[in-house]
Amino acid sequence: MQALYAQLLVGLINGSFYALLSLGLAVIFGMLNIINFAHGALYMMGAFVAYFLLNLGGINYWWALLIVPVIVGIFGMILERTMLQWLAGLDHLYGLLLTFGIALIVQGVFQNYFGSSGLPYSIPDQLKGGVNLGFMFLPVYRGWVVIFSLVVCLATWFLIEKTQLGAYLRAATENPTLVRAFGINVPRMITLTYGLGVGLAALAGVLSAPINQVRPLMGADLIIVVFAVVVIGGMGSIMGSIITGFALGVIEGLTKYFYPEASNTVVFVLMVVVLLVKPTGLTGRAA
Amino acid sequence: MSALTDDTLPMTPRAMRDEMIVFAVMAALLAVVPFTGIYPFFVMQALCFALLACAFNLLIGYGGLLSFGHAMFLGTAGYVSAHALKVWGLPPELGIVAGTAAAALLGLVTGFISIRRQGIYFSMITLALSQLLYFIYLQAPFTHGEDGIQGIPQGHLFGIFDLSKPTVLYYVVLVGFLAGFLLIYRTINSPFGEVLKSIRENEPRAISLGYKTDQYKMLAYILSGTLAGFAGSLKVFVAQNASLTDVHWSMSGEIVLMTLVGGLGTIFGPVVGAFVIIAMQQYLAGFGQWVTVIQGVIFVACVLLFRRGLVGELAHLLRRSL
Repeated sequence: MQALYAQLLVGLINGSFYALLSLGLAVIFGMLNIINFAHGALYMMGAFVAYFLLNLGGINYWWALLIVPVIVGIFGMILERTMLQWLAGLDHLYGLLLTFGIALIVQGVFQNYFGSSGLPYSIPDQLKGGVNLGFMFLPVYRGWVVIFSLVVCLATWFLIEKTQLGAYLRAATENPTLVRAFGINVPRMITLTYGLGVGLAALAGVLSAPINQVRPLMGADLIIVVFAVVVIGGMGSIMGSIITGFALGVIEGLTKYFYPEASNTVVFVLMVVVLLVKPTGLTGRAA
Repeated sequence: MSALTDDTLPMTPRAMRDEMIVFAVMAALLAVVPFTGIYPFFVMQALCFALLACAFNLLIGYGGLLSFGHAMFLGTAGYVSAHALKVWGLPPELGIVAGTAAAALLGLVTGFISIRRQGIYFSMITLALSQLLYFIYLQAPFTHGEDGIQGIPQGHLFGIFDLSKPTVLYYVVLVGFLAGFLLIYRTINSPFGEVLKSIRENEPRAISLGYKTDQYKMLAYILSGTLAGFAGSLKVFVAQNASLTDVHWSMSGEIVLMTLVGGLGTIFGPVVGAFVIIAMQQYLAGFGQWVTVIQGVIFVACVLLFRRGLVGELAHLLRRSL
């Protein structure tokens, strides 16, 4: 049983990353109509920036949680201003190709300087150790990752679905021209939205740094699973991405316990099954 | 929303004549390669990738479907051919048939799953399916995991042509490439190809005209996958191995890059793109990881600055169809 709980916890943690990343993708897709292929690379950048802050600037984990999403988010906004905005009105596929190119550049640069091996990032002192829950031993940091990402996800959901700003955002997604006529700066809103989505990816990177090592390719393999998560969930709603993300993490964890051989493929197999039954994905709207 | 490829010229006799001339020049240039001192293995490899890129282009350039998992056809056909040649001891021609048939079957199965979604969803599904296969091949015993299938016997094609001789192998690969290229060219200019183009331009309108667009897209997908598989089977004879690199998703990215550099939806673009990218990898090998960065820069530059690609820009400049 111990092993089962442990795998469930690993599943929940992976689910946190899936949820944060697919949420960011959904936010960006909603406003920019772009599948951000660079999302994995920006997640990796988040982990690296946290590493630099600690080792070069002596800035600890807690500040990193705050600063890293801002730094990487600004980087994202620069990308949007200098490149992505020129794709407005073109076929969606160009956005995919452009962000794929950006991902190659970012990953290639990091691989050049840091090879493929991992750099260690230690767990902050306050979150070291663990608690005995009776049925299992829970490392504090892992519990923290799950709870913190859940809070961030729900906060993002609240921001977009329940606030005035979110209302503008959703309106601009439906009809940018009309929203613009009301005197709202839509291009700036698009830039900020991209920054927000990228910030979420970077935040996931910081959270993941102490668990998985800081590696140039840490985002490259993850992003394809996240794409499968997105296809399963359908990217129709913010809540859909969050729930699908966590659920698939857990299912993956369970597979690792019951049938480890399939743990790499279970998400993709699920995707096939879901698509056969419901081609639009679970919560999806038509593409 | 503007289409992926603009200003496609109507199929006039002049355009047809232009394309025929370019094809003849291309075939003639490729035919004299063994007499020029150019390293034949480089050209053979480029030819395999050129056919692969042409097959991929059939799908995106004419059907508007961006498959981000085309490496799965290359890899699957490669593994099946390699296994058939080495373990079953089949002659080369049957090895190629086996690999190509496996790719066709894969196209049928994955097409059934993916074709119902459009645009970026289609891309993500094909990417995920190819990654699923990657993990299967990583674990399946017959692929030998990280080692791949090595030391594949080349044998005698039809019992006559000795494929272990570089010149013979070169011409066999060249004939394979030209045959695949002509088949794609014929498809594009057939009524089927015209319907495909109309789906790319405006699918709802094609549906309203009574075309069962899903069936057309499915057929194009299977044909594209089969030809990509054919390229993969040929590549086994050139490289004499089949490995995981051919199934990895970065390979799918390279196929997209080749086509984009040459020009989406142009007939000769993918060929030019494949030669450019393979040459780049050959000559920039010393730069290590910077090659990835350079590829990324090319991607970005193509999308932002010259979306038509090398051949597409040239054709636009000359007001010709190429």
